[in-house]
Formats: sequence, structure tokens, C-alpha cells
Amino acid sequence: MTRWGMAIDLDRCTGCEACVVACAAENNIQTVGEEQAREGRAMHWLRIERYYEGEFPNVRTRFMPVLCQQCGAAPCEPVCPVYATYHNPEGLNAMVYSRCIGTRFCANNCPYTVRVFNWFDAEFPAPLDSQLNPDVSVRPGGVMEKCTFCVQRIQGGKDEAAQEEREVADGDVKTACQQSCPTKAIAFGDLEDPDSEVSRWAESPRAFSLLGDLDTRPGVVYLSGSEWREPAE
Amino acid sequence: MTDRAPSGTTATLDRELLGRLDRRRPGLLVGSLASGALVLVFLYCWGYQIANGIGVTGINRPVFWGFYIINFVFWIGISHAGTLISAILRVTKAEWRRPVTRSAEAITLFALAIGGLFPLIHLGRVAIFYYMIPYPNSRMLWPNFRSPLVWDIAAITTYIIGSALYLFLPLIPDAAVMRDRAAAGLKKRFYAILALGWRGTSQQWHSLEWGIRILAVAIIPVAVSVHTIVSWDFAMTQTPGWKSTIFGPYFVVGAIFSGIAVLMIAMALLRRGLALERFLTDRVFNNLGLLFVTMSLVWGYFTFAEHLTVWYSGDLFEKNVHHVLLHGDFAVPFWTMVVVNLVIPVAVLSFPRGRRPLPTALVGCGVLVGMWLERFLIVVPALSTPRLAYSIGDYLPSWVELGIMIGAIGVFACLYFTFTQLLPIVSVWEMREGWRHAGSGGESGQTSEPAPRSPSPSPVPGGGAA
Repeated sequence: MTRWGMAIDLDRCTGCEACVVACAAENNIQTVGEEQAREGRAMHWLRIERYYEGEFPNVRTRFMPVLCQQCGAAPCEPVCPVYATYHNPEGLNAMVYSRCIGTRFCANNCPYTVRVFNWFDAEFPAPLDSQLNPDVSVRPGGVMEKCTFCVQRIQGGKDEAAQEEREVADGDVKTACQQSCPTKAIAFGDLEDPDSEVSRWAESPRAFSLLGDLDTRPGVVYLSGSEWREPAE
Repeated sequence: MTDRAPSGTTATLDRELLGRLDRRRPGLLVGSLASGALVLVFLYCWGYQIANGIGVTGINRPVFWGFYIINFVFWIGISHAGTLISAILRVTKAEWRRPVTRSAEAITLFALAIGGLFPLIHLGRVAIFYYMIPYPNSRMLWPNFRSPLVWDIAAITTYIIGSALYLFLPLIPDAAVMRDRAAAGLKKRFYAILALGWRGTSQQWHSLEWGIRILAVAIIPVAVSVHTIVSWDFAMTQTPGWKSTIFGPYFVVGAIFSGIAVLMIAMALLRRGLALERFLTDRVFNNLGLLFVTMSLVWGYFTFAEHLTVWYSGDLFEKNVHHVLLHGDFAVPFWTMVVVNLVIPVAVLSFPRGRRPLPTALVGCGVLVGMWLERFLIVVPALSTPRLAYSIGDYLPSWVELGIMIGAIGVFACLYFTFTQLLPIVSVWEMREGWRHAGSGGESGQTSEPAPRSPSPSPVPGGGAA
């Protein structure tokens, strides 16, 4: 069985946010407009958290891309009254947008605060509408959403492998964020396969889970060589 | 057990209580109109939100729950005014309950109806709220029974049905009296439907008595479970500031506390507005005042226990929430809450002079504010202080949320005024029964058969409105 996972090397991340843009383009994430964005309602499935260390002028910036951790024991899942978010057999916390009634309970119970909500109906004024990804549904207002690990690309990879009558190989599926990362800080693949790139990264002594104490068993592994583990304050 | 029982026959009692319904009281009319205007505000704001999207609220990441959930918990809490209090008083056979129960039970039903609306108002897509209900459907889909929200639905539905029955049963004999007094026409038909063909036979009294007795006992665990389950919307999560084993009983205590507060206010208003001084006596206020101050102390104890354990644990994330609550952004509402919920009630209600209608009602107003703040302080600080510091946020309600909140008070007042004008807010037959018990000194009145032997009983020709 597959367990999709991601590894992010924080020592390679430059905080350029190419992944953020790629993610929005790939997943038809609505652009909420200037006014709403100013209120903090910009809908990023993936965000770069910035933390500063030290006193000026000796300041060091740390970057941490935070996205849905695709928890193995996800706090968001049991609280949804309508199964709009559920655990799929490949370890993804899948979203069923058409089931979602917008209680926002899942978002409250997410320790990583990675879920974003469609406060209004999505608008894609021209020419934005012509760049919509046909493989991804556009979510209506009042619906919760979050990173899907580019489930449409996973499906595409599986389809392609099936057509060629073979198993999905490591590297067949690349997420949008991974593909666009200039420093190749992101690895994606099957955590159950010990030879996959992501598994090898996850074996690294630099690997850790975000908020690991909670035992949510995230599908995302971070790598960092420094003392710094996770932002606590 | 009597408190300076008014002299006179039960006929004068009937006249006094029911006569209020015949007289038009301008105060009530003004109240009805004012609250009716607020109902329109409520409808407009909700309609505006449905038309434009839930984004017209001030809710934002990370504070995904705001005024609607606060008001939901608040109103469900108020609903404990009635059913629970009146059931406990009935079960313990407290004689002074007689003038109180009806007004308390009405509060329950109306507050519940409004409280039950708020989760729907809160939804992103209210049109498909029924996905939460286990209804048979061709897709063979069930709701997620692991979700506390689904438990909520079960609990609140049970409670609404239970309290509607519990309000209705003791109302039947009084509705029959109203039916018999009304001139033929629409009004008579309305009361006839409510009276369910009541004739006052001893068989009917017997059934009624048993029905009320069973319901009074059965409704207590329901009421307790409802607010416990509401608390589990928070306590079952892993959110710092919410995850707590004390929340179940803490919420129940808070609910009864705010329930008594609203009961004190309603009774003081009714006593003044309907000139019910002879029925809602000083003794009733004294007794309820004692219950009130007890609940204040119990609430204070729970609050202390909750915060002490959080502070002592030293858990980093819990302490962040605790800090904004006690010393940070939310310190002003927090300490206001402590003052109006604990300091003032204890200072005022500990003295007999403080347990009179006016002071108890004023303390009640303070407690309502305090208990609303308590729910605010449970919902917002915990959410605005998430684990990952990057997402720390705040929350300010929009005019839509304020409009719905104020409008909901109007809906409640409107329902209550209407009820008061249509039906006796003090249970006539129960008062009658109480006086007979008191008057006859227990020679015959202590049995469970309060067969009406009064000069103006209910059965009247033409009453067979079955």
C-alpha cells in the first residue's frame, strides 16, 4: 500500500515562495482580491513561515514552508460531522468539497492552522479563468479546503503507469511545489517504499516532524541541520 | 408553606391571573412592536449573509468560530433557566415553584429555538445543513457520528422536543380555561386546539399528573447532557485552551447560572409589568436568590479550578492562551467577567435585602453579560492563539454578526411577549392546587388528585373540542 509523503529540507529553502505561486496556479486557488487579502483572507494552501533570530544587525531569517501535514492520525477528520474530510487508503486527508457544509470545525482542530476557507464564491476574472486547471474543481463559497498533495497529479501518475502496464515508480508524481522549487528542497513520493527519495530523506538524522509531540503522525517530514527545531513561541 | 396567601376563593385567583390577559397593557404592546422591529433586523442580516457569503462576518483564520458560536452556547445556556430549574423544583416538590415554572419553561423553549438556529447561521453553506442529520438517502451516506456536532444535533433536538412537551403538558388545563372563557371565533378555536379536548375529568387529571411527573424526571438528564455535549464541541478537540475534562460540568453549571439570571430578570419584569406581586412574592425572589448565589460560587470554583490546573501544568501552548486571557489582550473582559459573575452576585445576594426583585434582576443583568463574556473568552482567545506563532490572529465582529446577535434578542422578546399575551404566564391550576394544599392543611389535598372543585372549573358545555 502506498503512503504518500513529503520531505522538506529547510536548510535548502530560500523562502522564495515559488512553491506558493505554483500551488495556487495548479490547484485553482481563488485570488481573493486586494481588500480581502489585506484582512488576512488570502488563501494559501502552502505558506512560508518566516522567523527571525538574533538582534539587529546580526539577524538570521528562518523559512519554513507549512502545508497540510496529511496526518496519519488527523485531528481534523473525526470532528467533521459530514465526512467532508476523511482518510483515504493512501494516507491522504482527502476533501470532499461537495459534502462540506462549512462548520469550520476541522480548521479549529488543526494544530498547524493550514486549512483555508472560501469566505465568498470564487471569482476568476479574465484572463485568470483561462488558466484554470481542468483537473481540479473550483470550490464554491462556504467550503473548506487545503493542500491535497496534488491529488490530481497522483491520479495522473497512476493512470499513466496503468496505461503503460507498470507500477507507479518513484518520481512519477511530482507536486507543483516540488516541481517549482529552485533549490530542490522538496521530495515527494511513497513513504512505504524504503528506496524512494522521500523515504531516504525521512531517514536522515536531520529529520523531524512539526509539533511531533502531538503524535499526529504527519506525512510531511522536515529536515534541518541546526539546533532549531520548531518555532515554539 | 404558604406565603401570605391572598384571601379569597379560587375564583378571585382565576380572575386575577386570567384577567391580565383580557386587559391590553400598553407596555406589552410597545414591547411587542420594538421586539418585532428587531426580528426584522435579524432576518435582514441573516438574509444579507446568505446572499453574500459567510465572509461578511469578521471571522477569519485562525478564529474560525466567532459570535455565532458564542451566542449558540449562550442561548443554550439560557435555556437551562426553565426546564432544568422547574424540573428540579417539581421533583423536590418545592411549593414556591408554582408561580415560577411556566415562565421558566417558556424561556427554555424560546431560548432553545434561537440557540438551535445559531449553528445554522454559522454554517458556510446553510442550504445543505441537513447533511448533518442521519436521513435516509440514495447515496447511503451517514453523518459522522464521531463528530461532537452530530451529538449536538441529537441532544438539542431531544431537548427541544422534551421542553416543548414539558411546557405544553401543564398548559393544557389552563388552555381549557381560556377556551371556555373565550367567545366563539378564531380565539376559541386556537385555545380549543391547545386544550386537546380537556374536560377536567379525574382520569385526565391523573394522566396529566403522571405525564408531568415522568417528564420532570426525564428532562433533567437531558438538560444536563445537552450542555455537556455543547461543551464537548470544545473539549473534544486538541486545541490549547479547549481541551479540558472539566468543561462538561463547568458548562452545565454556567448554563444553570445564566438560566437563573434570565429567570430573575423575566420574573421581575413580569411582576412589575403584569402586576403579579401577589403571586411572585418576595419569598420566591429570596429563594431563587439563594439558588443564584450558590450557582455563582460553584461557577467561581470551577473557573478557579480550570485556570489553576492550566497555569500549574506549565504546558507551553496552554500557557500562551492563559497569558492572553489573564494579562494580555483579553484581560479586560476576563476580569470584568470575574467581577460581574462572582464578586457582585456574592456581595449583593448574600444579604436578604439583596434578594429582592430589583437587586436580583440587576445582578441577573450583570451575570448575563458575564456569562456571555465567558463564552467569548472560551471561543476566541483559544483560537487566536494557535500553536504555530505565525498564524496568531485576532477577531472583530462585523455589523452583520452584531445585527444577528441583537436581532436574536428581539426574536426571543417577541416570542415571549406574544406568549405572555396569549396564555397565562403563571400556571392557574397549579396555583389553585397549591392554595388548596395550604388551605386544607393536608387533610385531603396532599394526594396526587387535584380534581378541581372550584366554582369556576374548566369543564363547560361546548368544550368538547376534540
